[in-house]
Amino acid sequence: MSTAAAPRGAAPRGAAALRTDDPAVRPEPTGTVKKLGGLAGWVDDRTGVAKGAGHMLKKVFPDHWSFMLGEIAMYSMIICLLTGVFLTFWFVPSMGEVPYDGSYIPLQGVQMSEAYKTTLDISFDIRGGLLIRQIHHWAALMFVVAVMVHMFRVFFTGAFRKPREINWVIGTVLSLLSIVEGFAGYSLPDDLLSGTGIRAAEGFMQSIPIVGSYVAYFLFGGPFPGEAIIPRFYTAHVLIIPAILIGLFTAHLLLVMVHKHTQYPGPGRTNSNVVGFPLMPVYMAKAGGFFFIVFGAIALVSALFTINPIWAYGPYDPSPVTAGSQPDWYMLFADGGLRLLPGWLEIPIFKWTLSLNVAIGALLLIPVMYTLIGIYPFLEAWVTGDKREHHLLDRPRNAPVRTALGAAFIAEYFVLAMAGVNDILAIKFHLAINSITRALQLLFFVLPVIVFWVTKRLCLSLQRADRNLVLHGRETGNIYRSADGEFTEIHEPLDPYRRWTLVQHEVGTPLALGSTKDANGVESPLSKKARRRARWSQFYFRDSVAPVTPAELAAAHHHGEHDALPSAESATHVGPSEH
Amino acid sequence: MSEHGTTHDEVSRAATGTLPQRFDDPGLPPHVPRQADHDESAAKRAERQVAVMFGLSIVSTVAFLVAYFAVDQRSTVFFPGIGSTNAYHLVLGVTLALSLLMIGLGAVHWAKTLMPDHEVVEERHPLRSSDEDREHAVATILDGGDAAQLPRRNMIKYSLGGALGLFSLPLVLQVAGSLGPTNVSELAETLWDIPTEGKHAGKPIRLMRDPQNTPIKAEEVAIGSVFHVLPESLDWHKEENVEAGRAEWKGVLDEKAKAAVILVRLDPKDFVSTKARDWGYQGIVAYSKICTHVGCPVGLYEQKTHNLLCPCHQSTFDVTRDCEVVFGPAKRALPQLKITVDADGYLVAPEGFKEPVGPSYWER
Ligand code: HEM
Ligand code: FES
Repeated sequence: MSTAAAPRGAAPRGAAALRTDDPAVRPEPTGTVKKLGGLAGWVDDRTGVAKGAGHMLKKVFPDHWSFMLGEIAMYSMIICLLTGVFLTFWFVPSMGEVPYDGSYIPLQGVQMSEAYKTTLDISFDIRGGLLIRQIHHWAALMFVVAVMVHMFRVFFTGAFRKPREINWVIGTVLSLLSIVEGFAGYSLPDDLLSGTGIRAAEGFMQSIPIVGSYVAYFLFGGPFPGEAIIPRFYTAHVLIIPAILIGLFTAHLLLVMVHKHTQYPGPGRTNSNVVGFPLMPVYMAKAGGFFFIVFGAIALVSALFTINPIWAYGPYDPSPVTAGSQPDWYMLFADGGLRLLPGWLEIPIFKWTLSLNVAIGALLLIPVMYTLIGIYPFLEAWVTGDKREHHLLDRPRNAPVRTALGAAFIAEYFVLAMAGVNDILAIKFHLAINSITRALQLLFFVLPVIVFWVTKRLCLSLQRADRNLVLHGRETGNIYRSADGEFTEIHEPLDPYRRWTLVQHEVGTPLALGSTKDANGVESPLSKKARRRARWSQFYFRDSVAPVTPAELAAAHHHGEHDALPSAESATHVGPSEH
Repeated sequence: MSEHGTTHDEVSRAATGTLPQRFDDPGLPPHVPRQADHDESAAKRAERQVAVMFGLSIVSTVAFLVAYFAVDQRSTVFFPGIGSTNAYHLVLGVTLALSLLMIGLGAVHWAKTLMPDHEVVEERHPLRSSDEDREHAVATILDGGDAAQLPRRNMIKYSLGGALGLFSLPLVLQVAGSLGPTNVSELAETLWDIPTEGKHAGKPIRLMRDPQNTPIKAEEVAIGSVFHVLPESLDWHKEENVEAGRAEWKGVLDEKAKAAVILVRLDPKDFVSTKARDWGYQGIVAYSKICTHVGCPVGLYEQKTHNLLCPCHQSTFDVTRDCEVVFGPAKRALPQLKITVDADGYLVAPEGFKEPVGPSYWER
């Protein structure tokens, strides 16, 4: 900008003018600076990266096992990308049929699609091909699990709060894409099992109101199965979705850098600092090493346990029966949703058919679920009215309603996933499939409520236990007998470091229920909204347990010298109640 | 439960006088040195351990390279707990795994024992830009717009809006218009429909065993037995392909996906639905095998209950009641195929299905 603004023609003129901005020739660097010679120096001369790199390499990352979940997700994605590229060298995404002439004897001479044949070739005739396939599939499963568990970590610790809402939304999309990517990949080999999955997917599309049959014809390039769907899934699987995944994932990491990592509360850890280890060398070694550990662990599992033995299923054919067909685990919940929906939801409207029994489970469930996940941070912020930046994580017990909501969500997911294996449950437990399905239909509505209530109670008692610990210290196991024959256990007070972790949190207060009438005594719509918000706020903050204050601790010490210990329950009632 | 808010704190503060309302952060706990920090021999031991792990990685890598060429691709071994497995795959996998794991474990061990374990504190700064920066950014954008005369040049503004709004339509149309054909009425046709022209015109279609592809005599179908059936016209379809110079398999799966049929024989007395019995032949009835839920093959027959079960989501169809749904997420009964026998005693279908088979769709 400054050069463009400089008036042209100012002295000095000629070639020398071009050099005036150059830095003076510096003396030969000495000491550590000298080490940045050679290639690195060459690069820095042309890019100036050293300025930022020094800063980057000193960046501090807090250390906690739960922060490795995201890392696992990242590494398994990279392993998928790497092994996936290998697979493309031999896999041919064609539904054109050829006779099998490879070395797997039971299928020799069988007519099959080229996609299926080349997957067999990778498994039996390409040296190490089976290993790559197995690593690809196991890494894919690991990826989806890690993303999900990582998401739970972020949720239960409140790491999604301001300023990290954007990253939560990006993460939600990544999670959705991971299961779509997995489904597309799982479908590619064109074996009997995955083909049945595609068959169902076509049925889902047909259930779209009004345009369903057209959508199915567009995507399949005509009737099912046609010859287009595997090549199209292939484009999605190896190009479109990975490109979006990599883009979003890069943005995700950049935002982590910009925000700096959150940390768990503890002594010396505040909302305005980061305590941890610098990237260079500690984190570099730990995180870099961890990549090899994840890769190695996946390779070991792949060597020992076969996943998706497509040779045992045979090529896809629409007529043979595939008993006990199950999708990869992360699709079970969606399949389960379909199994629970009753048939009467298919509604004839004049001469048309509205298949809600399919559409709700197959077309609405996933978008609704992911939308709810994606907007949660905004809902919570609206309810709490909290606009501050949060860099200290919540201990899950200190946010009982959030934790209970998360647990209820997991319970609901679990019910759906169980419904996805209702036939297997029926066989394993010798129950009628009808009763299992009925029970799960009921649980779908009841279990989340129960789990919500139980989890919230659990959080509250854990908080009370924390209070107790702070007030009365740790039990030492030493019993003391007083002069008048009374037994007391000696309690050792917590040191200030341990205590801080238990008392550092703040307790939110519910928004007050203001008057709902405006100045003229008329019910105003605005205050109605405020009332609704206040009610949610009540729901969110009601019952919260405050941390111990210094005064309470002092009082407890004073008491403890004479009295028996108050119970955990009464500890929360210390001091007069306002009611 | 009481509200533990300010009131509560106030009460306790009043009781005790001057104590603060909250505890103070005691700051970072003192650093506890590790053994290797002050004991050089412990440090040496850690160094050796790390080097051994890296060394094992090298050994495993070499083992992989050797095994890749040396082990027979088809040999099997017994592995405890897993059973008989492909030796080649196992050796490659285990050596690769060790080669990777040992690098990782070595690096982590190194970091834990020898690298500095003093925690470092970095300050955070609010993310928000300063007010001046924000104003500057807004001003730059507005000035840019002004410099381009955007606010004054309405013709440009609206025509550009229109152009940008529309330019993607050709691309969208190209994809949406060309992805697939729109002849969705095909969904209601199957190979059981009697051809109206060509050499097979008007001929009833024989039911063929799948996959043997042989016709079925009525007396071969015992009570309680199940046959998986495809139409004889599938052969005609293949013949046409060959005559037209196409690969024989073209479109065969598409047709199978609609035409697959399941055949069962009941004691005629067992039928509740007379229509079901009348469309059959001496208790032999044929139904579409394509589930009316989302299209899986309904191939599990329970003899005792006369129920057909879909393996995908367990929709259950009662054959005695014209394959009505008795359980599961499907709504509609499986369409029945009318059958009889021809002059040679083989089962044939004199006409096609009366309604579209398979999953529901809007205009079916
Ligand atoms: C990052 C997320 C990815 C996931 C979750 C994923 C998942 C899967 C799954 C589950 C399969 C079925 C494998 C089987 O059991 O046979 C598969 C197959 C395949 N994937 Fe991926 N994949 C990912 C990325 C990629 C990438 C980036 C490529 C290529 C650049 C790729 C190429 C392939 C190919 C060619 C196949 C078919 C070959 C075969 O099945 O053996 N994948 N993928
Ligand atoms: S496809 Fe048959 S029950 Fe779903």
